[in-house]
Amino acid sequence: MSSVLRIALVYPDLLGTYGDRGNALVLEHRARARGIEATIVEVPAGTPLPDSCDIYLLGGGEDAPQVAAAEGLRASRAALTRALDGGAALLAVCAGFQLIGHHYAAAGGRSMEGLALVDLHTVPGPDRIIGEVLVEPDPSTGLPTITGFENHGGRTHLGPGERPLGRVRRGGGNGDGSDGVLHGGIVGTYLHGPVLPRNPALADHLLAHVTGTALGPLDEPVVDRYRAERLSFATLTGSARRRAERRLHRG
Amino acid sequence: MSLRRRVAILSGRAAGWASRTTGRGAGTQVSGRIMLAVDPDLLRTLGARDRVVTVSATNGKTTTTRLLCDALRHAGLPVVTNHTGANMASGIAGALAAPHGPSVAVLEVDERWLTHVVEPLDPEVLVFGNLSRDQLDRFGEVHAIVDRWRAITEADPDRHVVANASDPHVVHAAEPARRVTWVALGIPWKQDATTCPRCDALLAWPDGRFRCAGCGFAEPPAEFRLEGDALAVGSRRIPLDLAIPGTWNRMNAALAATVAEAHFGVDAETAVAGMAAVEVVSGRFAQHRLPDGRSARVVLAKNPAGWTEVLQWLAGRDTGVVLAVNAHVADGRDPSWLYDVPFEVLRDRSVVASGERALDVAVRLHYGDVACTVEADPLVAARRVGGAEVHIVASYTQFTHLTREFW
Repeated sequence: MSSVLRIALVYPDLLGTYGDRGNALVLEHRARARGIEATIVEVPAGTPLPDSCDIYLLGGGEDAPQVAAAEGLRASRAALTRALDGGAALLAVCAGFQLIGHHYAAAGGRSMEGLALVDLHTVPGPDRIIGEVLVEPDPSTGLPTITGFENHGGRTHLGPGERPLGRVRRGGGNGDGSDGVLHGGIVGTYLHGPVLPRNPALADHLLAHVTGTALGPLDEPVVDRYRAERLSFATLTGSARRRAERRLHRG
Repeated sequence: MSLRRRVAILSGRAAGWASRTTGRGAGTQVSGRIMLAVDPDLLRTLGARDRVVTVSATNGKTTTTRLLCDALRHAGLPVVTNHTGANMASGIAGALAAPHGPSVAVLEVDERWLTHVVEPLDPEVLVFGNLSRDQLDRFGEVHAIVDRWRAITEADPDRHVVANASDPHVVHAAEPARRVTWVALGIPWKQDATTCPRCDALLAWPDGRFRCAGCGFAEPPAEFRLEGDALAVGSRRIPLDLAIPGTWNRMNAALAATVAEAHFGVDAETAVAGMAAVEVVSGRFAQHRLPDGRSARVVLAKNPAGWTEVLQWLAGRDTGVVLAVNAHVADGRDPSWLYDVPFEVLRDRSVVASGERALDVAVRLHYGDVACTVEADPLVAARRVGGAEVHIVASYTQFTHLTREFW
């Protein structure tokens, strides 16, 4: 890492359907709060990826934009692998997660070539998985429970040498009881869009990977309150959750 | 009219009356639902009595419908409409079954319901406003709606279409029609229009107009254009002096005036004069007085495109802002969109995060370096927030709650 932490927001015009910009904001904010100068580098569709960034963000997108993103990313694959080999991190979310594998299912069931950064592939599922998710992360990460929202039709299979981000306690994830992938500096997940605002520890995990040092906690009460609220609601369902929401805000 | 049809209408009207009398609602929706249950083919009969125009869009359909009604009435045309915002088949049936002479039926139609009502209603003219992401957890991706709209114009290419030339999704949907009146309204929200709806290549936006390098798909030349605060028609320039605020309402007015002139032969000057007095549309833009004398206005924002428009408008005003967000089914259960919206424009304003998802809003503002306080009740928040005036920007269920319960 050079003196300034560079966060690449990759193709926000293609892979930004679910508020994916939020992840870049959180990384920038949490780096600066530790005195690390940080900047967001937007890489618009149609331009090559720089190899000089520290964290790369691939977000979610609709079918046609995902195909367009795959083409651009394949052309920039060498730059991305150079960066990753040099110690960069990659957060790949939803459509972006599917794109880091060998191949994925596009509209109409067509199988499209991905970046093959990780040994995984995605096939079409019988239905769309939509809703709140709770994931218990792989213990090696030391991360607390991850919460988020998912909205995807794909089912992702990891190769034998790969390990998931964690076990799904609620929701669908990869479709086999696990969610996402952990592979060196790469974190993949189906918890779409702004997964980092809900899970600041995951943001710090990525920051620690590129800075090489563990980061101390931040005193941000509103973030802690929010996380506690989301965790408690994600464990409730249906009418119990609706009652709880009303109690919290009207009582 | 068949007995079944008469029974359908009468029983529906009775239910509507009951709903109004008991204070449950405006009654249109429930009466329409009962009518369609008794006679599923009712829309076909009802649609044949009037000159039907449908208005559909992700944003602005309620207001455009209302403005078009006032424009046509101002020109002396009898009008019926589903002005309570009941924009699915049941609401439309309820509105059309109300007793009336031959009229122009100006119908707001939910963009996802358009396919289902066009065939039985057989409208004279379809109005296509704009399409962008909206409640993705519930309705899916934008292109699916585009494909459904396009199937409508392909099925009957002789039907007149009035369409926004600036929105590539809308142009793709309208193109198969042989007679399209294009109105260039501009497209402030381009985040859902990155790829070409025809060939999936990247769209370019030289001078703010879309063009596909792959297949040549481009903004069609438009006879009607929104230029700043005026509608330009050929060499005529008609100022859009409206009582309702914001660029987005000038877009709605320009669209409505285009329909009035291009389809109903009401010149745009007359149409705009008829719209000028509209101040409130189904609770939208209603101004209220706070106990301390300040004015408070409730503004509905349903999706990233709508929120972005409203925030940019507020950025130019000395106002306190209450952001009231829920995440019920009608709001979209996933508030990820908060990060699609440039709340950063509120940095020097007094801001309160509110609604059931106040903490989602507060954290979004925190990461956007916008200072705020948290107060779940938007009315308490409105009294506490600073500013010479107050705007409560509300998601759908917050908005309906505020307009129904509190004011």
